[in-house]
Amino acid sequence: MENIKISFDIIQHDFSKAGEASSNIKKVLKQLGIPSDTVRKAAVATYEAEMNIIIHSEGGVIELTVDVDKVKVVAKDKGPGIKDISLAMKEGYSTATSEIRELGFGAGMGLPNMKRCSDCFDIQSSESSPTIVTMIIYLKKAND
Amino acid sequence: MNLKDVQRLLEADVLTGEDTLDREIRTAFACDLMSDVLTFESDKTILLTGLVNPHTIRTAEMIDINAIVFVRGKMPDVETLELAKENGITILVTRHILFASCGILYSNGLYGANIVHK
Ligand SMILES: Nc1ncnc2c1ncn2[C@@H]1O[C@H](COP(=O)(O)OP(=O)(O)O)[C@@H](O)[C@H]1O
Ligand SMILES: [Mg+2]
Repeated sequence: MENIKISFDIIQHDFSKAGEASSNIKKVLKQLGIPSDTVRKAAVATYEAEMNIIIHSEGGVIELTVDVDKVKVVAKDKGPGIKDISLAMKEGYSTATSEIRELGFGAGMGLPNMKRCSDCFDIQSSESSPTIVTMIIYLKKAND
Repeated sequence: MNLKDVQRLLEADVLTGEDTLDREIRTAFACDLMSDVLTFESDKTILLTGLVNPHTIRTAEMIDINAIVFVRGKMPDVETLELAKENGITILVTRHILFASCGILYSNGLYGANIVHK
């Protein structure tokens, strides 16, 4: 399989397009014939990352890379960053406003969901800095 | 149970996917927070929810849920229905509240969906 690299711009507070990048990424992975449970994990992780950029950041980009053995999704934004990453990673922790909650988001399960769906999960951030989330899901070999 | 049974038991209206009602349904889950939805394992699963907006459809799409029941008679807007059609997701609307809808389906043999564990 050839390496595939696609990126999507994600705009702050653009709820009308929310989920489009993840939906596109899901379709690409499906078309590549990647097993459905792997596609689903990647879709969930990407969707949570996309929503976090829309809700919590000043906008950013999501990059998908697929090569022979893995799917990699990198979500990068322009800040404002996360002060306490271990607090942000806690199930149920959320700074989302009540308006966001009315839309169905802000359960505080996004980062834990991303970690659960990934084989490798890394988050880099600090106050007044970009947040960079890197998620890798390995593709099993046919004889696994 | 199939979608037709769900429709009959909940006295629901079918808004999209009239032709999919013979699809088998094995499990269900009910919630209004989409990140919670994303923690479930779906296998012939329906989602019952009072959250009626395009994000509900997007969320269902991500985990391959292909039928949603909106409760309390909440009608989705055109945008939500279009997105559901695009993704082949069947939409039912019942006048029952979430609690009653779940009770009716549970007592008729539908099971709760499992949470995904790593
Ligand atoms: N990209 C980001 N930029 C800034 N803050 C973030 C970002 N992603 C997550 N956070 C912070 O971490 C918290 C937890 O994130 P998450 O687990 O996805 O829950 P939720 O999005 O439901 O609040 C958020 O409420 C927010 O304070
Ligand atoms: Mg989130």
